[in-house]
Amino acid sequence: MAYKRHVDRLPIIPADAKKHNVTCHYCIVGCGYHAYTWPANKQGGTEAASNVFGVDLSQQQAAETDAWYAPSMYNVVKQDGQDVHIVIKPDHECEVNSGLGSVRGARMGELRYSTTRNSQLQRLTDPMVWRYGQMQPTSWDDALDLVARVTAAVVKEQGEDGLFVSVFDHGGSAGGYENTWGTGKLYFGSMKVKNIRIHNRPAYNSEVHATRDMGVGELNNCYEDAELADTIVSVGNNPLETQTNYFLNHWVPNLRGTSMQKKQEQLPDEPHANGRIIFVDPRRTVSVNAAEAEAGKDNVMHLAINSGTDMVLFNAWLTEIADKGWMDKEFIEASTKDFDKALAANKTTLEQAAEITGLTVDQIRQSAAWIAEPKEGKRRRTMFAYEKGLIWGNDNYRTNAALVNVALGTGNVGREGGGCVRMGGHQEGYVRPSDAHVGRPAAYVDKLLIEGKGGVHHIWACDHYKTTLNAHQFNMVYKKRTDIVKDAMNAVPYGDREGMVKAITDAIKAGGLFSVDVDIIPSKIGAASHVWLPAAESGEMNLTSMNGERRMRLVERYMDPPGNAKPDCMIAAGLAQHMEKVLREMGDNAYADQFKGYDWRTEEDAFMDGYNKNAGGGEFVTYERLRAMGNNGFQEPATAFEDGKIVGTKRLYTDGKFGTKDGKATFMEALWRGLQAPGKEEQKKNNKYLINNGRANQVWQNAFLDQESEFVMDRWPYPFIEMSPDDMSELGVKNGDLVEVYNESGSTQAMVYPTPTARKGETFMLFGFPTGVQGNVINAGTNELILPNYKQTWANIRKISDAPEGVKHLSFKSQEYQAT
Amino acid sequence: MERCSKLVDIGRRQFLRGSAFAAAGVATAVSLPTQAKAASALALVEYPSNKLANVSDLKPNEPFDVGYPDDDAPGVLLKLGTRVQGGAGPDGDIVGFSTVCPHKGFPLTYNADDHSFNCPGHYSRFDADAGGQQIWGQSTANLPQYALRIDDKGDIYAEGVDELLYGRLSNVL
Repeated sequence: MAYKRHVDRLPIIPADAKKHNVTCHYCIVGCGYHAYTWPANKQGGTEAASNVFGVDLSQQQAAETDAWYAPSMYNVVKQDGQDVHIVIKPDHECEVNSGLGSVRGARMGELRYSTTRNSQLQRLTDPMVWRYGQMQPTSWDDALDLVARVTAAVVKEQGEDGLFVSVFDHGGSAGGYENTWGTGKLYFGSMKVKNIRIHNRPAYNSEVHATRDMGVGELNNCYEDAELADTIVSVGNNPLETQTNYFLNHWVPNLRGTSMQKKQEQLPDEPHANGRIIFVDPRRTVSVNAAEAEAGKDNVMHLAINSGTDMVLFNAWLTEIADKGWMDKEFIEASTKDFDKALAANKTTLEQAAEITGLTVDQIRQSAAWIAEPKEGKRRRTMFAYEKGLIWGNDNYRTNAALVNVALGTGNVGREGGGCVRMGGHQEGYVRPSDAHVGRPAAYVDKLLIEGKGGVHHIWACDHYKTTLNAHQFNMVYKKRTDIVKDAMNAVPYGDREGMVKAITDAIKAGGLFSVDVDIIPSKIGAASHVWLPAAESGEMNLTSMNGERRMRLVERYMDPPGNAKPDCMIAAGLAQHMEKVLREMGDNAYADQFKGYDWRTEEDAFMDGYNKNAGGGEFVTYERLRAMGNNGFQEPATAFEDGKIVGTKRLYTDGKFGTKDGKATFMEALWRGLQAPGKEEQKKNNKYLINNGRANQVWQNAFLDQESEFVMDRWPYPFIEMSPDDMSELGVKNGDLVEVYNESGSTQAMVYPTPTARKGETFMLFGFPTGVQGNVINAGTNELILPNYKQTWANIRKISDAPEGVKHLSFKSQEYQAT
Repeated sequence: MERCSKLVDIGRRQFLRGSAFAAAGVATAVSLPTQAKAASALALVEYPSNKLANVSDLKPNEPFDVGYPDDDAPGVLLKLGTRVQGGAGPDGDIVGFSTVCPHKGFPLTYNADDHSFNCPGHYSRFDADAGGQQIWGQSTANLPQYALRIDDKGDIYAEGVDELLYGRLSNVL
């Protein structure tokens, strides 16, 4: 049977419950929620006066009511040491989501740590160290002392290049401005660590380097632009599943025509129609299906290109739009440079593009018209949104540039109904000292680790085992290197600190690696680590982030972190303080002095030290002011504090000045060179199936919390692989069968999900899932800036077994909404 | 079938008009026996045992409108034609589900072709053959299903629901 909670009533939120501002800490959209808490021995009642809604709850409530919450939004947690009820429900007044909760965010309550209701008991509650052959609890002082002594010894021996770091750079979750600053100050301020990488890629680099080089920051519009656009262009992007409430609350109204009044009011001097949408994606997603249901098939164009050929399509658009005379010449003249140069270099005919992309000439011509053909003499407003299909796809840098060229040429940056934006995964929350010393290209950290480089590895909320490329080889080598250290540690009594540090550093000299994992749970890579440091999540600490339209909010701490867990910024501070102490003991006072300046008592201190002093406009922003701005916050950068409010910036570049030295946006050459990453052509030649990959609606990130959600794991006990019925019959597999996906780089497993809309030979596998890691079959090749190409992966497939018991009850029906 | 279609139409019109749709307003009049009153002091909600239909009322794969645990909670009985998880009756093919989407309370439509319930609000889908499992969607729960009992006369009784119904903090109000 499908999983059911058998919950038939919930405690009612009393009228005097505490109310906390919450921004969902999962995806980039950052929906507004409120966390209501009240004492364990109290409850509200159905009478209007006795519940927080002021509503008679003995009556059935209507659709979209504010006066209801699902069992997934409820829990019992600790607050200042006391058990309290908690409900985390969507905020109807938040402009981002208007009361909508996604299948991920609306489960925040259920996914809190609760010893009362036994949820998320996987959370780390104590620092843990490798002792007597397993991970054992210890004190913060003891754990940080061991980490600092080994780190200091390695740095003294090898220099700071011997310290390898994997660290989140995002907002939400365990990220946020507080924590990116804490870690950034440690590794880029006190030290100048070069061998550092980000949570989802093997180097410390931008995912969207081209657009930045062109002077166009990647989050340049606002969510309202999706309501105002004449046409939305969605590239490698599945917004219904991965930016759900942005799509539902801001794209759908345009497709459905309900934002018409807003268009007429804000843009009165031009004709308006319901929005059109173009999807560029080799796969038909549920987003395409939903857009068709809302806008009608005539207003939806799905350009199912050959995987990895996006750049050719964009260059053809540029050529065609210029040929037709639809470019925004005034804007090009006033605000950009190198247009003619790029146009000439990138020239691609419709026929050439059709040949490479697999589209028809008509499709390309028509889509160019939807983008740029003037509407009764007025410029068409087109919003360009791209995400991982482009970012983790073929030739990232040039492809990104080719798309921004089209947006700039048509005058669609800095204008209402425009924008050329990445959609985003996590929220953002980046403030760190300069990373200029890292260099360009940045170090390929995973490769260096595989090659035996580095002595100590600090990991902050990253799980390479699940979310890197060439994961199979990485995991094997990493285990081997860390086992050398474990074996050495096993030979020394734990209490002999000097002997222990010597055993570890000797093991490092013998090829070993000392691994320190800062995380909220024991991760997959953490299984190889020697120290775990328990971190707090958003809501267990005050935490600030911004969403995909640069909307910054403060999540107010509404519960205690599990046990002795701490915010990452405070862990970084503790580590810095221990480094200072150890280095002083070693007699290196000058180096020790670099680790001063971490006397923060709270995360707010870290925020003031970091964001307030270092972010653009940060001086206008404090916790108190953010608290008052509530779940609508303000859009960064802040420009003033007036009348008790932080003044923000709705859109960037509205003055036509861009982020280059001379203020002119730069068009860029983007020449097609086929499958760019080394090894891809060969892999394609040697293997039969495209293993396209990405996210699923129910699963947040690599399922680090969802792996303990019965609701999610009941639906996806194994990662699905969507497959055409033709491929299924050719392989002799049925619904739910387990298959091995394998190639020269490695192997993994997945569960067959029949997908009639899938093209023959083109599968799609859930990425980053704990019970089958797609990264195992992605080869090591990257682009010139060490950006991985996860999407263009080819492998062979063979059956492992019939559907196991835990799979037999699953639905294998089409995921596309069927209007009757 | 006519009643069901009507329910669906009203719901869709209300939805497309953009006005908040009151689930209570569209429950069709179903003649039901008097309900048992829940005892408030019990640990579990006391569900009424309500006769919803007789087996002879059901036509294969055609939704039969019901309200359970009361008229303000629309649902359907279905005779699916094949034995399914949680199916009642001699053929194990009779199921009952709430037809209010557990995500935001919009009325679900039944697609007879693939035995799925579909939500026009945010495109969620639930599988009638798989215990109401959400095939895809925004609901954080699978579709509430009725515990059914069928007596010797073929009378179908509902005697419980396995998930919280949308729009009420107690399944029995």
